[in-house]
Parts: sequence; structure tokens; C-alpha cells
Amino acid sequence: MCGIVGLLLKKPALYSQLGELMVPMLIGMTERGPDSAGMAVFGESLPEGQRKISLYSGLTEAGAAYDWVGLVDAMNAALKVKAQAVVKGNHAVVTFEGPAEPVKAFVNTIDPKLHILSTGRRIDLYKDIGLPADVANRYAFGSLTGSHLVGHTRMATESAVTPDRAHPFTAGEDFCLVHNGSLSNPNGVRRMLEPRGIKFETDNDTEAACRFLEWRLREGDDLPAALQKGFEALDGFFTFLMGTPTELALIRDPFACKPAVVAETDDYVAIASEFRSLAHLPDVKHAKVFEPAPEEMYVWKI
Amino acid sequence: MENLTFDLSHQPVRALNQHLHSAADVLAGQHIEVINPDGAHNIAVGINAPVTVTIKGHAGYYAAGMNKFADVTIEGSASTGVAENMMSGKVHVKGFASNGAGASAHGGLLIIDGDAGLRCGISLKGGDIVVGGSVGSFSGFMAQAGRMVICGNAGDALGDSLYEAVIYVRGDIKSLGADAQIEPLTETDTAALADLLSKAGLSHNPTEFKRVASARTLYHWNADADQDY
Amino acid sequence: MSQTEHPITFKRLQLEESASFDRSTLDYIHRASSTGLYEIRGLGAKRKLPHFDDLVFLTASLSRYPLEGYREKCSTKTVLGTRFAKKPIVLDTPITVAGMSFGALSANVKEALGKAATAMGTSTTTGDGGMTSEERLSSKTLVYQCLPSRYGFNPDDVRRADAIEVVLGQGAKPGGGGMLLGQKVNPRVAQMRTLPQGVDQRSASRHPDWTGPDDLTIKIQELRELTDWEKPIYVKVGATRVFNDVKLAVHAGADVVVVDGMQGGTAATQTCFIEHAGIPTLAAVRQAVAALQDLDMVGKVQLIVSGGIRTGADVAKALALGADAVAIGQGVLMALGCNRDTYQQAGQSHSAEADYAALGTKAGYCHHCHTGKCPVGVTTQDAILEQRLEPDMGAKHVKNYLKTLTMELTTLARACGKQDVHHLEPEDLVALTVEAAAMARVPLAGTNWIPGQNG
Repeated sequence: MCGIVGLLLKKPALYSQLGELMVPMLIGMTERGPDSAGMAVFGESLPEGQRKISLYSGLTEAGAAYDWVGLVDAMNAALKVKAQAVVKGNHAVVTFEGPAEPVKAFVNTIDPKLHILSTGRRIDLYKDIGLPADVANRYAFGSLTGSHLVGHTRMATESAVTPDRAHPFTAGEDFCLVHNGSLSNPNGVRRMLEPRGIKFETDNDTEAACRFLEWRLREGDDLPAALQKGFEALDGFFTFLMGTPTELALIRDPFACKPAVVAETDDYVAIASEFRSLAHLPDVKHAKVFEPAPEEMYVWKI
Repeated sequence: MENLTFDLSHQPVRALNQHLHSAADVLAGQHIEVINPDGAHNIAVGINAPVTVTIKGHAGYYAAGMNKFADVTIEGSASTGVAENMMSGKVHVKGFASNGAGASAHGGLLIIDGDAGLRCGISLKGGDIVVGGSVGSFSGFMAQAGRMVICGNAGDALGDSLYEAVIYVRGDIKSLGADAQIEPLTETDTAALADLLSKAGLSHNPTEFKRVASARTLYHWNADADQDY
Repeated sequence: MSQTEHPITFKRLQLEESASFDRSTLDYIHRASSTGLYEIRGLGAKRKLPHFDDLVFLTASLSRYPLEGYREKCSTKTVLGTRFAKKPIVLDTPITVAGMSFGALSANVKEALGKAATAMGTSTTTGDGGMTSEERLSSKTLVYQCLPSRYGFNPDDVRRADAIEVVLGQGAKPGGGGMLLGQKVNPRVAQMRTLPQGVDQRSASRHPDWTGPDDLTIKIQELRELTDWEKPIYVKVGATRVFNDVKLAVHAGADVVVVDGMQGGTAATQTCFIEHAGIPTLAAVRQAVAALQDLDMVGKVQLIVSGGIRTGADVAKALALGADAVAIGQGVLMALGCNRDTYQQAGQSHSAEADYAALGTKAGYCHHCHTGKCPVGVTTQDAILEQRLEPDMGAKHVKNYLKTLTMELTTLARACGKQDVHHLEPEDLVALTVEAAAMARVPLAGTNWIPGQNG
């Protein structure tokens, strides 16, 4: 009921091809996830004093005709953050100086229907309803560049088909997660996190997992420690693929009913729910192809 | 031998399968080659005649599912449920197999040269499975009849809730499932092992294997016995 | 009326029962006018109330996957008392045996309960009569109650206990103390309770040395000091103002809160208490959980729910609504033979029908624990009757019952996709009636409506 894809390029010379390599991977997952698609790409890092946010206007009245210029002007007038936007219809990446919180607060105030998809120095995040091929076209996924990405196609299970419930989910800065499976205790996890000031945007089980893991990372756990706690706290069936600024990480629950396959060469590590998403990758016939074992943590660094 | 090639980068799986469902006299003497499988699902499903098929690459889900009479070779890996519910014939995976390999097979022989994933032989109903490598957890879950030969290691809960299927393991068993126990090999066992290993092209010594079978303590409810449930 | 008409025979008009002054009410009034004393009986509220039967589980479907049995394990391990105690209680199942007094029950029963609980890896609880050696020797994990009466309460037993339960009240009679009629105050009971033999005993309603949560705080500290902070302290309330009571119990320092709904039983109390005081367990659970959520104490202070827990489905629903464990009183006595028409003695089955008839009742209707003449030897001190409950046979029956409940609990939890019964959550349930939806705060089946929450 969902397809996940992940790609990490081992050689910087290949970063310009990230999007090209990724689009067929995503489209290969259309049958698993025809409702919506999303992609988080980790590109060139902004300097320490800058941040960027990915914004989605699909839930506003103006939709793809959103007045992004007006938004950026208002933002600069109010906050003087030298904001600039790169726009693709109902999506914009707004880069600015200084910390993210004041800018996000400004966005939430000026237009609560604008959805903040991601925050960070490296991550750009796109997600929308529609067939994966349409979403890929809409945002020109084929021309995206960067070192690694996490992508997802969705067949909704228990929460609605709306853009904000598509994956990837993000939390904090430069952290995202996609999920294939169904958690059986997401509400208990959410209720455990809410008193700690962690706000939830949806009732989606993946958001609960994403915020749980990001909370652990923020509390000082390294990724393996956070994932270990995830194994204990999260009940149900899952393959999780996560992106941090420098890593892709994959885990499967102990029953491993939801699929995952990895293809690795000297040039890349590629992950997908099914081999057919990997079949077109360069030199895949000589790649090391394997299935990740349940309950083990796989972490690949750039 | 007439050789036929189906190129799945140009033709749909449906066309291949439709051909493979031709009458036995049409298929007699044919060797079907499938190129560019690229992980497509349901390749060679439901064959019902003795025909030889070679898949040149990786197969997706349910490759050779519900096979009857055919001899299918996969020169790559196979995804979930290879040879599931096979009734007879032979399926040979040269690479690794994913979860549920040979699930619910009633007959025939499934050979996997590499490792198999979780739940290999789940719900087995009389088929034979030989794995050259190791198998994942919950293999042989509720296996009712048939034989499994595992030349490598077995994961957790091997033979959980085993019925009358028998599992032979050469390597380590991480843990046994409920009602599964290790029993001494009999002459019948060593003969069966020799036969199955030879059919799989493996030369291991049968006496290196352990026999895992049902203790049959869960066949009937017994409140006083503190049974697993 | 003309000569040719038939005489009046409008039967239904002439035999019309009043809903308010029905036959039961008439009996009540006739009885009161004869005796001049309130009716006293055992067991819990008998009238129909919103209860766990009004909830059903949303088990696996295409969007939620179930677990297999056997090695796809569903854990039932339960830990109680993690907040302050050095030695929390660790149980193999969340189903515990509720406090019932020696005096209400015979010594054989206390021994049977202890053996069954030990075999199941769970705990038993003393009662309003103190700790018997039978129970301490047979029960691996024993919770020692500190009640208003303080009958038999002593520091040596506190030291021998695994946890202490400060009892404010119980669901059958919140605000009322215990009661034991003279025929059950035999020499041993009298000696343990420091009472003359044969008196009709009424326990106090309030504790002698503290009243209110502020003083309870200090009392709890006293008990902690006595036990070097090792043993968990439970606080038990009958379900009335549950939201406030649970918050206050937490503020007072409880490790575990026990909430007992109106369906909870007793061996003897005034019927007007049983039927007209306290709120249904279903309503109490959610209020208790809301209080813990309000204080961010979920998982830090544990909640035990009791009062009419009968089946594995009840246990599963209580856990799904937020309880960490349940306690069973009446159900366990029924497993021992309460309201059964036969009893087992000396390897033979005997009929108890004549004994029920002598009490004026029948198997299936009996609530005569207060008489001490229990036909199956459970709630009696009579030397002959108590032989009808043999400890080992009783232990086997209770163990079978608790095991059945635990199996049912895991069956439902696995069907909801849980590897641990404590992962059951309210979203796994829907209600069949509007009252149950409102009390349990889950949607009415087939709708999104939770009365009082979203409409």
C-alpha cells in the first residue's frame, strides 16, 4: 500500500544526475502508491547563517497561482531576512538569513493554509496528490540535484488522501522519514509526545514515527540509539527509510512483512520496495543486490 | 528443442503467461527464455504443462506461482512468494529468494541456491524445498507436509506451530518455534536428504543435518499443559 | 351495562404492573416494614449499566495487520509501581486478584487464590481482615491493604508484603466501611480483628489518622519510611469523583491508583449503597486516564481498574481505554464455584441445590455471601461448609479462569496488530450505544461521533 525509494550517490561527480536517476525509481512504485507522491532531496548545504523552507500552497484558495512574490516581499518587509524564492507552481523553496523559527511563525500567521513541508540547510521537500509521474513532472524532479534523497508513493490506509498526509514527513531540521506499513499504536505514541510540546499536524501514523525519532535525535541520541528506541516504542509493521543531512537509514520490523530491496555499486546505494524500481539503474546487473534483514539498522553515509 | 524468447521490456507479462498456458502439445519441446524481466511480477504464473522456462535476470513477486509440471529457472533473485502454491514441477532460483518462498506448495521441488528470506516454506503442504544458503525467521511456520532442506543457518522461530512437514538444517538454528523439536536422523531421513541434495546439485553429507519435526504437543488443547498459544 | 353482555374480564387492565412500584419494589417496602433494617447482601450492582459489553474492537483489516499466534509474541508483562518504589511489582499478566477479606472468605479460599496467582505470575490482595499466613505463604506477590478499620494491620505484615494499598473506598460502597455479620465472626476472625466473637461488625468509613489528600501525602510517606522506600504504594478509590480523586492521589504520592467501579462486589453491604452509589466502571476508566494525562503521569503512575471485570474482552477493553492492569474479585469467586449448582469435595461432585434453597435462592441468583452459609464453601467461616472448597482444586479452577482471560486478551490484542497488550489504545474501540460512547469517549460505531467531545 505504499512504495518507498531512496538513493545515495557515493561520488560527487554524479550529484547532477540525482533527479534523472530517481524519476524512473519513483514511477516504478506507481502501482503500490497511486494516490500521492513525495520526495525529499538533500542538496548543496546553505551556510550556517542561512536556512530554507519548502512551502506548499495547494491547500490555499489560490493554489498553483499563489502570490509567492507578495509573500516574500511581506516577509522581507517584516523580518528583513533577505528572503528569496524558487517557485514551481504550488511549491516554493524560500531561502533566508537567520534562524527558521521566526520565518515559520510569520508564514503561519500571514497564511495558516500555507503548508510548511520542510526546514533545514540541505533539504528540499516536495509532495502532492496525484500519480507519481504527474507529481514528478509538476516539480521537475528529473532536474533535481544533490547527494541523496528519500521518496514515497502512497496508497492511503487509515488517514485521508490529502497532500499533508503524503510522505515524506519531516520534523526538526534536515530530517525526514517515509514508511511502508501500518503502525498499531500511533495514537499512544502521539499522546506520549504531545505533553513534551511536540505538535502534530495530522493523525497519520507515519507522522507519529517521524516525530518520535526526531525527538530522540534532538534529545541527544545518535541515529542507531534513536532507532533502537523506535523498535521498542513503535508497534506494528514497518519499513522505515530516513534521511539526515549526511545519511540514509533503513529499518524493518521483526516480522518484515513489508518489502525492501537494496542495490549497491561503487557509485550508489539504491533502495526500493521492489526490484523493478532499481532495474534501470546504471550497472545494476553487476550491483550487489540484497534484502535488508529485519530488526537491523542500515546506515549509509555520503 | 524450439527456443522462444519473450522480452519483457517490450511485451507485457500477460502475453508471456498466456503463451505459457497453451495446450501441452503446443508447448511440447519448447524452451521459453524471458529476457529483461527487471523485477516484473507474476512471471510464469499458473503453468499447467511440462515446459522449460528460463528467466534471465531478477523476478518480482510470485514468479512461477502455482506451477504445475513446468521446469522454471530464475537466473537472478526472486521476490516474495516464488513458486507459491506449486503443485508439481521444479523451480530453481540461482540467486536469493525473498519472503514466503514456496509458500503453501503442495508438491514439486523448489531449489534456491542463495539465501531465502523470512517465512520460507510457510504453510507448506507437501512440496520440497532445498536452500543452499540460510533462511530467515519464521521459516516453516505452520508447515503441514513436505520437506525442507536448509544447508546454511535458520533464523528465529523455525517450524513455529509445525505440523507434519520435516525440516533438515545443516547450520545453526537461532531458535525453534513452538512445538518444533530436534530429533535424531533415521535412515529414511538420510535417504531423503541424499535424494534432495542430489536433485539440487549439492554435495553435502546428509549426516551433517539436524532433523526438526513437530513434537505434536499442540495438536490438541490441554489446559493443564501450559501450552504456547 | 346491558343484561346480555359478558362479565368484565379485561385481564391486562386488572393485572397491570407498575414500573415504579414493581414487584421488586413492593418486596423491598414489605421487607422494610417487617424488619426496620436496611437489606444487606453481597456481590455488586446487579442492575443493567453501561459496561464493557457496549464496546467492540476494530480488529485487523486491510489497513491494520494482525499478528499470528505462538512466536509472533504478544507480551503481557506488566510492571506496577515504577514512580518511587525501589522494588516495583513485575507481573506476567495484567490481571490481578482484588482485595477480599479473610472473614468474608474462608482461609481455604485465600490459599487457593494465592496458589492460582502464583501459578499465573500475578498478585493477590489482602482485604479488610488482615494478612493470613495461608495467603502470604501461597501467594508469591501479595498486596497488603491499609483500610479505615485497620483490622489486624501491623508493621510485621507491612514488612512481609510486596506492596501496600491504602484503601479509601471500594466501588460497591464508596464512602461506606466494611461489614461482617456475626455468624462469620468466628474465633479466628474475631482474634485477627480484635473483636468479640459473634458481633455484627461494621468497619469505619474514614481512616483514623488522616483525612484528605494533604494528610494522605504524609501517611504515604510514613509507609514509605517504614519500608525504606522499597514497596510500591497503591491508593484505591471507589469510583465517584474519579477525575479529581486520581489527580489528588497522584499529588499525594501514589505509585499506583486503583479505581473500583460500581459493579465491584462486596461480601456484605447495604443494598442501597451497592445500587445507588458510585459510577459505572466504564465511565470511571476514562476519567482516571484523563486525570493522568492532565498531569502528564501516563506511564509514570499506573492505573488498575476493577469493578465487574468478567472476561478477557473486558480486560482488553479496560487496557485499551488506558488501564495498566485490572483487578478481579467476583469473577474469581465465581471461578471457585460461587453460584454453581454443584461443588467438588473428596473427588466427587455434590449438589448444592438444597443449600441454595435453604437460603431462599437458587444457583445463578445467589448473593447471600453475608449469611456465611455459602453453599459452595467460598464466603463462609462455617467449619463444615468451608470444606466444600478444597484449596488445590480451587487453585486449579482460578488458574484456568485467569489463563483463559489472558489468552482472550492476547487473542484480541494480536488481532489489533499489537505485540504488547499495553499497546491497545482507545482508537481500537467503538461503542454500540450513545451512553457508552459518551462515557468511554470512543465513537459510536459507524460514525465519527463522540458525544461530548466532537458534537
